Amino acid sequence: MNALLCPITAVWNSSIGKKLLVALTGLALVLFLAGHLIGNLLIYLGAEAFDEYAKALHEALRGGGVWIARIGLLVCLVIHVAATISLTRANRAASPKYQHEAVIQATKSSRIMIWSGLTILAFVIFHLLHFTVRVDSELAEIAKASPHKMVIVGFSNGLVVLFYLIAMTLLCSHLSHGVASMFQTLGFRSRKAAPLIAFLSKGYTLVIWLGFCSIPIAIYFFHFGC
Amino acid sequence: MLNLTLKVWRQKTSQDTGSMETYDAKNIPEEASFLEMLDIVNTRIIMSGGEPIHFDHDCREGICGSCSLTINGVPHSKEKGITTCQIHMRKFKEGDTIWIEPFRARAFPVVRDLIVDRSAMDRIIAAGGYIDVRTGSAVDANSIPISKMDADSAFDAAACIGCGACIAACKNSSAMLFTAAKVSHLGHLPQGQPERDKRVLSMVRQMDAEGFGNCTNQYECEAACPKEISVDHIARMNRDFTSALIKEQLIS
Repeated sequence: MNALLCPITAVWNSSIGKKLLVALTGLALVLFLAGHLIGNLLIYLGAEAFDEYAKALHEALRGGGVWIARIGLLVCLVIHVAATISLTRANRAASPKYQHEAVIQATKSSRIMIWSGLTILAFVIFHLLHFTVRVDSELAEIAKASPHKMVIVGFSNGLVVLFYLIAMTLLCSHLSHGVASMFQTLGFRSRKAAPLIAFLSKGYTLVIWLGFCSIPIAIYFFHFGC
Repeated sequence: MLNLTLKVWRQKTSQDTGSMETYDAKNIPEEASFLEMLDIVNTRIIMSGGEPIHFDHDCREGICGSCSLTINGVPHSKEKGITTCQIHMRKFKEGDTIWIEPFRARAFPVVRDLIVDRSAMDRIIAAGGYIDVRTGSAVDANSIPISKMDADSAFDAAACIGCGACIAACKNSSAMLFTAAKVSHLGHLPQGQPERDKRVLSMVRQMDAEGFGNCTNQYECEAACPKEISVDHIARMNRDFTSALIKEQLIS
């Protein structure tokens, strides 16, 4: 047991170790976002393509694939949130406030990470209840017949669309600092690679934002698929 | 001549709560340095029977790392690549209000006014920022070849004067740039290799034990550093720490 617990506590009890956990789980979540987006974009190919994709996801590995992914993502999410909350609490305790505050060059996104992160967490819970657990029985009925129809009906509510767009914007604010930050924490950043890393993280963030936001906008404002 | 208003942090003892006090700094010559300006203000305070503003200083030429002061919210002021003692008053305008505070971090307790106890950094050095050498006569200077890139990088890291501006500038009071500079300085050189893993593990653990915050990769430290030490050294320390931790926990 010691052989297992010792490395875990050594990582968790060190500042760099805990940051490594945040970076690695962040990497898994960032890659998940890309996969999720590619799947979502199938909606533009029509109801048949989207419903077939949804069916394939649920039938992968005889229905086990989706659960492996869910459990893996949940573990990553829990570690990511627990480690960042613990790091933020330690940071607050370590740093007394100046009477005259000033920022030299840190970005706005980097300074609201905990708040953008917690909003995304709230959104993820709502999003899962909405489209995965389907607490709305009417929507659940629609989903059984066609996941494509469920998305169209789900995004016909203005408040849902508004929350979705706010959450995606904060997600991308989170990513614009988080993706580049991953490289530094994992030790892959250097002055030479910095412009490339900045380009990659900003480009990735933009693609994610445009891709995810386009769907509710197309449905709610341009009546796509209605 | 400049007429300025100073907002200065005054705190009698480490237990005292402290507060900002306002001082008029009239007729300050533009060619005076920032610390000379404080000397002038202090002389006037002493002449009127008050307690002068206490602050740290020594060489006054930017190499000792003694002077601190957070000026308008930025350690060593917003001027790039210099220490407080190297600032000239011509950088300020007539009628300016200047906020002067100590280097703030929970691990830097205020001793008095603008003087803070920075010995936490000494304890990080003591934890591993050294090389065990054999005694006896010095080795021939060029007997160990060192690549130019490594020599340059080690020298850049060694330029750290241990002033603590990186920690004071960090929103989390993290000591990562300071510790990374020390780890990287020795880690780049052949003489530093035998203790490379042990060094990074002990220094990072001491850094954590002192109550410094965690790095959030905002690079305020690099921007505030009077020696302009690069955050590349932090990436390198992250790499070194990870590999040393894996070896320690899983291999030997």
